[in-house]
Amino acid sequence: MKKQFRLATLLVALGALMLTLSGCGKSLSQQNVLQNDRKANTITWGVKADTKLFGLMDVRDNQIKGFDVDMAKHITRHILGKKGKAKFIQVTSQSRIPLLKNGNIDAIIATMTITPQREKVVGFSNSYFDAGQSLLVPNGSKIKNVNDLNKPGTTVLGVVGANSVQNIKKFAPKARVLELQDYAQALTSLKAGQGVALTTDNGILYGMAVQNPGFKVVGGTFTREPYGVAVNKGQKPFTNEVNKAIKEMEADGEYNQLIKKWFGNVPGFNYKELER
Amino acid sequence: MITILSDHWQELLTGLGWTLLSSVLALIFSLIIGSLFAIMEVTESKVARTIARIYIEIFRNIPLLVITSFFYLVIPMYVVKVNGFTAGTIGLTIYTSAFIAETVRSGIQSVDPGQMEGARANGLTFWQAMSNVILPQAFRLVIPPLGNQFVNLVKNSSVLAFVAGFDLMYQANNIASITFDTINSYMVVGVLYLIITMPISYYMRYLEKRLA
Repeated sequence: MKKQFRLATLLVALGALMLTLSGCGKSLSQQNVLQNDRKANTITWGVKADTKLFGLMDVRDNQIKGFDVDMAKHITRHILGKKGKAKFIQVTSQSRIPLLKNGNIDAIIATMTITPQREKVVGFSNSYFDAGQSLLVPNGSKIKNVNDLNKPGTTVLGVVGANSVQNIKKFAPKARVLELQDYAQALTSLKAGQGVALTTDNGILYGMAVQNPGFKVVGGTFTREPYGVAVNKGQKPFTNEVNKAIKEMEADGEYNQLIKKWFGNVPGFNYKELER
Repeated sequence: MITILSDHWQELLTGLGWTLLSSVLALIFSLIIGSLFAIMEVTESKVARTIARIYIEIFRNIPLLVITSFFYLVIPMYVVKVNGFTAGTIGLTIYTSAFIAETVRSGIQSVDPGQMEGARANGLTFWQAMSNVILPQAFRLVIPPLGNQFVNLVKNSSVLAFVAGFDLMYQANNIASITFDTINSYMVVGVLYLIITMPISYYMRYLEKRLA
């Protein structure tokens, strides 16, 4: 009798804990981000740190560098003025939305495609980069395009939380998809032969091909992936400012300079296509 | 929580299955391997003792994630293809067996040395004495710490998520990334892990009361 009572108390306590926890995390993300950032003169961005060309940690000086990071710096300057500071927090495809929702970051600029499902949970700016999904395979691989993957017994590698994984399930439903934790691990798994191809957006794959001779991007793009800056729902003033900043950058050529800086030297990739 | 359960019960069930399978396999093999190394540690042969010592010290002191990544990423490059589930389960087995070896050894050593001497004096060989006299007493003594190891093993099986081993944690990551409902996704798998580990805890306690 006493024992059952103890068990019941335990369960009630657990249930109460869960209820409190699921109620948390609302207040911080619902404050006006634009006002807070203006006051602090700082915008906190969530960026990738494992993605060459977009956001990659440089171990020599511990700075994250890439197109997304530069875009964030420029947008910050447009919104807050010359003295505005951009603070960067490392995110992955999987952690970015939770970190945004609990208020750790003000905005995500991390190779994030604007999709209808995501628009239900976060707000997006206008697109700031046009990517498309493609495939990375070892040199000499028999795979030429996405149709070659649509066979039972083929294993394709992707990253948890990336919509490229949902896409590949549509384009090659017969293939098995393994979802790894981040791009670095996905690439190592490809090298270890855990799958025949790695799929994600072409920009990211070209970055990998640059760093890893012996691998190439094949098959062109089979989806359109417009990248957007993601903010919490109800942060319309902030989104408007971001859109304005992107437009200004496109108008005065800043945008094309950044494109040239990061994508000008990628073999097999025509950066002129990306210019606006 | 309920919507996650009703929308994704298939994934969760698969995850539960793989977690259980991995845990059971790792439990059986780590118990066998661990006990063998424990016995090696108390034999008179210096070579056997050294081998056991090296094995235990290496695998007890390397993070489980490193062992698992080694089997997932390095072995396939040079030796043989290993998938995520196998790599995770092998890592789990090796890692846990080192701890079980230490646990069982302490059990063997806390059995009075007179027991061994008596058994040998009565004409039993070392292995006969070990399996019929010492080990039954030793295991009875180490039931509580062994139970700890089993519970830890189930929880550690979440390492499979890192190598795409389809276990509960892997499914949780995927569900969280599809639904964007992180808190509830992890809460659900937390409860599912409890469903596996609680019975182990209670069963070990029951064994302890009955035998020890």
